[in-house]
Amino acid sequence: MAAKGWIEVSDTYCKGCELCISACPQDVIELNMSHLTPKGYHPAHTFKDGCTGCAICAVVCPDAAITVYREVTKVNTPVTA
Amino acid sequence: MPKELWKGNEAIAEAAVRAGLEAYFGYPITPQTEVLEYLSRRMPELGRAFVQAESELGAVNMVYGAACTGVRVMSSSSSPGVSLMMEGLSYIAGTEVPAVLINVMRGGPGLGNIAPAQSDYNQAVHGGGHGDYPRIVLAPASVQEAIDLTVLSFDLAEKYRMICMLILDGAIGQMMEPAEMPEMKPVNRKDFGWATNGTMGKRDRRLLTSIYLNPLDEEQTNLRLLTRWKQVQTHEVRYKEYFIDDAEIVIVGFGTAGRVALSAVRTAREQGIKVGLLRPITVSPFPIERLDQLTGQARAFLVTEMNTGQMLDDVQLAVHGRVPVEFYGRPGGVVPFPDEILNEIKRIASAPATAHTDARDAWLTRMTAQA
Amino acid sequence: MTTPANNLVYERPEAFTDMPTHYCPGCTHGVAHRLVAEVLEEMNIMDKAIGVAPVGCAVFAYNYFDIDFVEAPHGRAPAMATGVKRVLPDRVVFTYQGDGDLASIGMGEIVHAAARGENLTVIFINNANFGMTGGQMAPTTLPGMKTSSSQSGRDVETQGYPIKVSEMLSTLEGVGYCVRRSLHDPKNIRLAKKAIRTAFETQVRGLGFSMVELLSTCPTNWGMTPVNSLKFVEEHMIPAYPLGDYKISEAIKQIKI
Repeated sequence: MAAKGWIEVSDTYCKGCELCISACPQDVIELNMSHLTPKGYHPAHTFKDGCTGCAICAVVCPDAAITVYREVTKVNTPVTA
Repeated sequence: MPKELWKGNEAIAEAAVRAGLEAYFGYPITPQTEVLEYLSRRMPELGRAFVQAESELGAVNMVYGAACTGVRVMSSSSSPGVSLMMEGLSYIAGTEVPAVLINVMRGGPGLGNIAPAQSDYNQAVHGGGHGDYPRIVLAPASVQEAIDLTVLSFDLAEKYRMICMLILDGAIGQMMEPAEMPEMKPVNRKDFGWATNGTMGKRDRRLLTSIYLNPLDEEQTNLRLLTRWKQVQTHEVRYKEYFIDDAEIVIVGFGTAGRVALSAVRTAREQGIKVGLLRPITVSPFPIERLDQLTGQARAFLVTEMNTGQMLDDVQLAVHGRVPVEFYGRPGGVVPFPDEILNEIKRIASAPATAHTDARDAWLTRMTAQA
Repeated sequence: MTTPANNLVYERPEAFTDMPTHYCPGCTHGVAHRLVAEVLEEMNIMDKAIGVAPVGCAVFAYNYFDIDFVEAPHGRAPAMATGVKRVLPDRVVFTYQGDGDLASIGMGEIVHAAARGENLTVIFINNANFGMTGGQMAPTTLPGMKTSSSQSGRDVETQGYPIKVSEMLSTLEGVGYCVRRSLHDPKNIRLAKKAIRTAFETQVRGLGFSMVELLSTCPTNWGMTPVNSLKFVEEHMIPAYPLGDYKISEAIKQIKI
């Protein structure tokens, strides 16, 4: 079963260029036409389930606007301080 | 230190080394090349940076880069090469980093010739790169003075975060004279609060740039540069006077022209003419106040230069039409003989021009009449 | 949604400041910046890094990296970087230059910095035009390509031929590492990052001049969407500027990343 992931797109940095949308292998990103960033762009967001946390969107993002997370499926050894 | 026989260009190079020069970037051009040649062996010997750049453009921008790290850095060139460096000088000025540049001037405009000239006075003092920026300009008249002013130039550049130029003509660069070198100073990297030398994890990042996209910021930068320049004008004016106490005719000449004028002044004094010499050492800042004072005593000024009257304008501004100002120049790489200046002194002593005479026009008329 | 740290796959590099870039939406300058930032961070060399910004669209590059920066006159970044590096040889000095800056006005400076084998890293952005001034013809503009100063398309008879910088510089003995990569898709972006890493590793090891040429987009001046601009790189730029390793010295080939 595919890993489950999610992304956060920063309103500060996203310029709505759509490169992440075209690169996303799962086709789960689109521009959020009901939201404007402070600079006046429609930012990217995931509009349906299916994100695997593969981070390809972040790799192509020219504005380092995307933070990528992936659900931890295995129980990792806790990191000790 | 005992006196040794030093060639002007090599003396400047060694003086810079002893003042703590950490990096030199240059390009060959006559009559300055010995500075480059000397440092090409001296700097590596001391483990310091030397690069023969691909052009004066390259050289001045290497200077710019090194200057941003806060080390003592210098370049040298001659007139056409210095023209190429003007871009970099403007950036260095706009970034407010210290740098030293030696211009061993030659005949111009264009390719000109390789004979001694002073025709880059305006470029150095008033013009050059784009934008509104002041710079300190020193004009030595002997090998010893070239040594002393080279050392001083690093201190002034650092103190005021400003370009300090030495302008000397090819004669001083090429001549050999007995001179005393200063002691070798250890390289002392100061911890300037502005230098971009890597944060090394100890401070916030720094940025050095000459770009101020907001005109209001650029305006503040211009005002800051001018305010700093006022300090320079107050504290750093330097000149030398000879036979000035009772002088009725005051000659103003810098560098070699001033030196030749001194010979003429001595002879004129022997003949009973009350003439003296004011030799500006800082042509920027210019000794305006001193000239202003001398208008109370002199009945005529004679400006002697190896150009067509560039410092003449500054003298006229200081004298303000109160006393006649006359001019004698030899442009194009010609060095005047003392006799020529003596003749001018005698002419002025017997029949001075009026304050309304245009000094440059009158000189041009005399020059073309001779030819 | 809880986001424990070990869920994190990717976040904005620490080598970046908080400032959003001024680049147009979809411009791959931003990708190149990000790769440089990631490499500086991964190599833990931010403290020692000194960047040299160019004149062109990347003139404000210094606003985005949390490291020391200087700003060079147009084309002179390699000379300025030479000045910095020669007095601070233990620092990591890099220039970031566009094709107008590096291949037009700065051709003298880049060739001689490379020929001297200056131990510098150059990130060279080739987007086939002068971006900042509004898309004029650059030395890298493709034959027939329309720009605001070659409005009927670059006519090679009167406007000359594109300059292939990586091919040219790779002929110089002083060059240790010289490669061309592209930023048009995820795979190539990853390869570009690896090249940038190798270039900085080259410098850290003192193995000579290193340059990574990056084929990049200029959607605004090309008059294309960002996505179509990537296709233009793939279909038109890469055939004219083949990707590849133009020079990798034997010592650099041994570097394992």
